[in-house]
Amino acid sequence: MLKIVFFAQTRELVGCDGIELEFSSKLSNIENIRSQLAATADKWDLALQRDKLLVAVNQEMSSWDVVVKDGDEVAFFPPVTGG
Amino acid sequence: MISVQTQDFDIAALYRQLNDDQLNPNGYGAIVTFVGKVRDFNQQQHVGAMSLEHYPGMTEKSLLAIIEQAKSRWPIGEPIIIHRVGDLLPGDQIVYIGVTSAHRKAAFEACEFLIDYLKIKAPFWKKEQTDQGLVWVDARETDQNAATRWTQEVD
Repeated sequence: MLKIVFFAQTRELVGCDGIELEFSSKLSNIENIRSQLAATADKWDLALQRDKLLVAVNQEMSSWDVVVKDGDEVAFFPPVTGG
Repeated sequence: MISVQTQDFDIAALYRQLNDDQLNPNGYGAIVTFVGKVRDFNQQQHVGAMSLEHYPGMTEKSLLAIIEQAKSRWPIGEPIIIHRVGDLLPGDQIVYIGVTSAHRKAAFEACEFLIDYLKIKAPFWKKEQTDQGLVWVDARETDQNAATRWTQEVD
């Protein structure tokens, strides 16, 4: 399984904290996961537009072409605004 | 030392902690601290309350990584970073950075580096109560530029 989590505005737009996805070779990189999730519904497509989105794999900032493996945690969220 | 917490922090107690010999292998000379506070305006809008969300686990990891970067770059003692989450009001303390060093330049620079990097790398998000209702704060290009400056100065 892949654990997918959302934060801040991304979480509010998709309407849930996270979901689990069955791991498969079709979901082996971040962009594949993003595009599959974006196809779920209009709101998800809006929430997961790449130009306003950051991604972390296993709690470290990542890039879109990173390969994931079964059991990984993938997080999608907007640019950060702490401090 | 890092802490992500809802409660306020006491800068006098943190100062005493920074004075601890064990955290200062390079000796004293300078202590630089930064306190960030909640503003009552943002991008021309009046701000009432705000709430801060974070990504538990990743937040702590990213703050520790930023501290390691600062320590590898400047001769500093163990820095302290405190960041509050949850509901806050204008004027509340939100973030604390404390750095010790034998030399003031290293302490100043490392402190500024830590807050600049925290602002673009640590997963915190602010939501503000404004005249237009609740709005998520947009990331600013100026923050990105402030952090990028440190990489350019290395090259």
